[in-house]
Amino acid sequence: MIPQQFEYSAPKTLDEALGLLAEGARPLAGGMSLIPMMKLRLANPEHLVDLGRIKDLSYIREQGTVIHVGATTTHHDVESSPLLRGKCPLLAETASYIGDVQVRNMGTIGGSVAHADPSADYPAALQALEAKIILRGAKSERTVTAEDFFVDTFTTALEPGEIVREVIVPVDGDGTGTSYQKVLQPASGFAIVGVAVRLRKSGDKISMARIGVTGLSNRAFRAKEAEKALEGRTGTPAEIQAVAALVAKGVDANSDLHASADYRLHLATVYAARALAAALGRIA
Amino acid sequence: MATTTITKTEKLVGKRIRRREDPRLITGTATYVDDIKMPGMLYAAILRSPHAAAKIRSIDISKAKALKGVHAVFVGEDTKDAGAVPCAASLPGLRVPHHNVLAIDRVYLVGHPVAVVVATDRYIARDGAELIEVDYEVESAVADPEKALAPGAHAVHPQWPDNVAFNFHQEGGDVAKAFAEADVIVKQRIVSQRLIPNSMETRGVVADWRAADRTMNLYTSTQAPHLVRSLVAQILGLEENRFRVVAPEVGGGFGAKIQTYAEEILLAWISMKLQKPVKWIESRRENFTCTIHGRGHVDFYEIAAKRDGTILGIKLKLIQDLGAYFTILTPGIPTLSVLMMPGLYRTPNISADIVGAFTNCSPTDAYRGAGRPEATHGIERMVDMLAAELKMDPAEIRLKNFVRNEEFPFPTATGLVYDTGDYSAPLKKAMDMADYDKLRKEQAEARKQGRYMGIGLCAYGEICAFGPSPATPAGGWESATVKIEPSGQVTVLTGISPHGQGEETTFAQITGDELGVGIDDVLVLHGDTSMVPYGIGTFGSRSTAVGGTALYYALQDLKAKVKKFGAMLLESEDVTLAGGKCTDNKTGKSVGFKEIAAAAYRAMKLPPNTEPGLVATHFWEPSNFTFPFGAHLVVTEVNGETGDVAIKRYIAVDDCGNILNPLIVDGQVHGGVAQGIGQALWEQAVYDDNGQLVTGEFMDYTMPRAHMMPWIESAHTVTPTPVNPLGVKGVGEAGTIGASPAVVNSVVDALSTLGVKHLDMPLTPEKLWKLISAGRQA
Amino acid sequence: MTESITVNINGTTYSHDVEPRLLLIHYLREVVGLTGPHIGCETSLCGACTVELNGKAVKSCAVFAIQCDGAKILTIEGMAANGKLHKIQEAFWNEHGLQCGFCTPGMIMTTKQILDRNPNPTDQEIRHGLEGNLCRCTGYQHIVNAVKAAAKVAGA
Repeated sequence: MIPQQFEYSAPKTLDEALGLLAEGARPLAGGMSLIPMMKLRLANPEHLVDLGRIKDLSYIREQGTVIHVGATTTHHDVESSPLLRGKCPLLAETASYIGDVQVRNMGTIGGSVAHADPSADYPAALQALEAKIILRGAKSERTVTAEDFFVDTFTTALEPGEIVREVIVPVDGDGTGTSYQKVLQPASGFAIVGVAVRLRKSGDKISMARIGVTGLSNRAFRAKEAEKALEGRTGTPAEIQAVAALVAKGVDANSDLHASADYRLHLATVYAARALAAALGRIA
Repeated sequence: MATTTITKTEKLVGKRIRRREDPRLITGTATYVDDIKMPGMLYAAILRSPHAAAKIRSIDISKAKALKGVHAVFVGEDTKDAGAVPCAASLPGLRVPHHNVLAIDRVYLVGHPVAVVVATDRYIARDGAELIEVDYEVESAVADPEKALAPGAHAVHPQWPDNVAFNFHQEGGDVAKAFAEADVIVKQRIVSQRLIPNSMETRGVVADWRAADRTMNLYTSTQAPHLVRSLVAQILGLEENRFRVVAPEVGGGFGAKIQTYAEEILLAWISMKLQKPVKWIESRRENFTCTIHGRGHVDFYEIAAKRDGTILGIKLKLIQDLGAYFTILTPGIPTLSVLMMPGLYRTPNISADIVGAFTNCSPTDAYRGAGRPEATHGIERMVDMLAAELKMDPAEIRLKNFVRNEEFPFPTATGLVYDTGDYSAPLKKAMDMADYDKLRKEQAEARKQGRYMGIGLCAYGEICAFGPSPATPAGGWESATVKIEPSGQVTVLTGISPHGQGEETTFAQITGDELGVGIDDVLVLHGDTSMVPYGIGTFGSRSTAVGGTALYYALQDLKAKVKKFGAMLLESEDVTLAGGKCTDNKTGKSVGFKEIAAAAYRAMKLPPNTEPGLVATHFWEPSNFTFPFGAHLVVTEVNGETGDVAIKRYIAVDDCGNILNPLIVDGQVHGGVAQGIGQALWEQAVYDDNGQLVTGEFMDYTMPRAHMMPWIESAHTVTPTPVNPLGVKGVGEAGTIGASPAVVNSVVDALSTLGVKHLDMPLTPEKLWKLISAGRQA
Repeated sequence: MTESITVNINGTTYSHDVEPRLLLIHYLREVVGLTGPHIGCETSLCGACTVELNGKAVKSCAVFAIQCDGAKILTIEGMAANGKLHKIQEAFWNEHGLQCGFCTPGMIMTTKQILDRNPNPTDQEIRHGLEGNLCRCTGYQHIVNAVKAAAKVAGA
């Protein structure tokens, strides 16, 4: 229940924060994962840098064909954002599945993404959205794709001293349908499996399919074989079933108390089918 | 400010009256243990074993002692004189492990307390505990009761290599004959998995020793403050009359706070050593591993019947997972299962054998229902299996075997005497509410569509209102004191120790009706041994049936005295007490409570052979348990794709006798049902082979949450018990006892088309999905 | 090592020196003396510690007090005003939405958040909104009734 002692800084500027992080401090965003771990003394940082007071790190802005979401934007801000609900509904929908009301009020997109819990919700959506993640260090800033960002369980492309500064998602115009479908781990609310689907049709053919999967394995990933198999099709129930089966194909699935690998693989197929059907149904 | 009307406007018993305890709870001003602060108070943190079985080679406390703010560090050797955790249950030949408050040379469960750090605040105490270095020689462990009983298993206690704590046999009638004459015998292994009670408030203790007075004040989150006082005083060699135990606001118990725990002894001991008040608050992690667990049965049932469905006999071999040591009732709990074995059925022949097995796990003890949910689960599953075998409707077989109304009081083959009943009434009511025949037609239709719809019944009985003293380990009576204060206001002191059950309200209702005063004129106090003469506590659905009855009789004594004073003041010999006043039946003149009370305390004049004052105390010993009953009907649908169980309808019909407050009774049923559904679908204490509790946090132990619970349609039949004058039987455990078999029967029914005959809990989606997949392939 | 914070709690401004690691729940309970919010777990899954931080319901066991410097906090103790219970408190009382009462302060604060955002929630929305709050006593049914009853009272 009680964390170890640590030093605390709450810089007002990002540069100041990055300077401290470069010296080995650890960033604190919403704290929804980090603070419980500190209370159980599973995480014992010596120096915490609170990103909460940095001006202009919490925002949702449209710019051309993309939407920029600042790192300290809360899950609640994302789920309730009219801009995202209208133009990138997959991200808003996914945010609404995270944790609970209180967690969504505090937890941030940057914190969640950087934590890279293999059963977190956002990574599935970010994969399907082909999101770009802006990483900022004391000296430089770089952009990585979601695909390259999630490396392994709790492991990302972040280098020491870097933080997630922003997430960039596309504006999904007419003709796009999306859905996030999730199997809840009943005790914790994390995803046993979560599937995010983003489809675009051209005429009656599916011209683009993006499928992001979380919970199933060591990291969130894009089911590219399934995506490819769907593109050019109309999306009949039989096609959806066949494509859904590809989502889990060849995946080295996690196994734990709440779901064996076999069951997870099966659920991924079932929920992929549900997400595909729902996304198709939502194409305006 | 409440005005003292001392007048009575309407009957209170039976009304949906909102609770009198709530204002402090909804405003955040109630005082739970962790809300108590005392000048100079220190905080204790306990270092616990991370291993399920190990020898302690050495403990180095030097770094912890050197930490600024740490006042003391104690290890097992220091606390040898503090005695052992008590167990009140006894059985012939029982092997009782000595469980010191801190481990001395060995640990035998994860969470075994090893050392305690006392510091100026809880942060420093925790830091200090982290600085203690313990050198363990880790041994293999055994965490499964069947494995523990297998030859060559790790011995939890080296002196008892077979891990057997006791064997217990009970039989009634002639079970061999019954099985010889049977047309059909059904056998099944049934597991009632370990559960974790998880009251929302964990345990906590504040001990405050006053050396000059040789007085101990112990504030503890308990269901049985007097029991804690008697036991801890005895264990520490203190004077019982100078040992005060207070159960302040208690945030739920569910059986897990009946026990006297190591920390209650340890904190009192520390306070004496350091001459300071000391607080310890259990973390949730500690609560998972160090507070008792419930259930933990592996049952082997056999049921014998005639072709027409008449049950002839039941055999049971019960393996009870006891854990590593005993708390207050540990070995006694499975004997309750045996008593309850016949359920509501006439079953004349029974035989039961219990083996109590030690494991390197937390002790099991009373958790909501305590032995009776396991028994009800067993009999109600077996009756369903028998019905399936005989191709009978599960309702029909139950109705056929119920004890009949004219047979009460009914002696069971297990030696109980069921007080009263109308066992078919709740079942029929539940079936009416559900429109049972129509449901079966819907089910046939669903099956045609390939859907897995199930209808589950459970007809449950309970043993409640614990209980006659000869049948309980620590006294089964209850006490009440009623005072009419000189102002005319009424104070009730009760020996029960409610912690959510609402007796501050229901007891005020009883009192208001008996004395003819308004509910606002009555104050119900409890949970302080310096205030209440003595009491047993709140558990076993006993508080209203036993404690309320003690109150009822105290009120009769007090009324007699009030009438004497009333008659004296009215100079009459024929008076009636009603509406907060005594009225002369001849003249119609009356005298109010205030005047009577004033006269009784002023005592200028006394009625013949009457002492001053208006106080009455009654200790009531029940002649029998009560036996509430009821029926649940659950409609489920299992998703064939995922194995998810959806509860479509939940109907709970309970007969707890007379209902004092329907709002409170419904609340008890709902909460009970949630815990029963929790067992059926989600909850389980899972240990790995090394004795590590895998489900040791809310991250992994699935508690029912709001979005997981179905709407519960609650209804009642009313069959008052003759055991007490209130006609009340108890309702705290009913929902839990009825729920798990009803849900499991429903899901088994849903999957019966796949050849499924039995399922062990929890019915996780994966378990069901595997069966469905296998069934579809077959 | 401590740092100074200033916080407005239930309309009163407090300044204290705190250790960075001091959790908001401990600050409220131990330092300020507001023991209404409770501690039911250490993994932020029970919701008993829920308070309102700058207008939003949060679990005060998963926030450091030092993060709240300059913040406005509302606890259960601040819900009743001028001796009058808040309508949510009244509703929990009337509907028997509590038994042992330990989860109740958190339930009430979460209910406030639910109704602030959605004055007429459906049963399903209520249950979804209460996902982060555990109750072991009530089976949630009377809590759901209480939230509905509070929603019906005009003047949210």
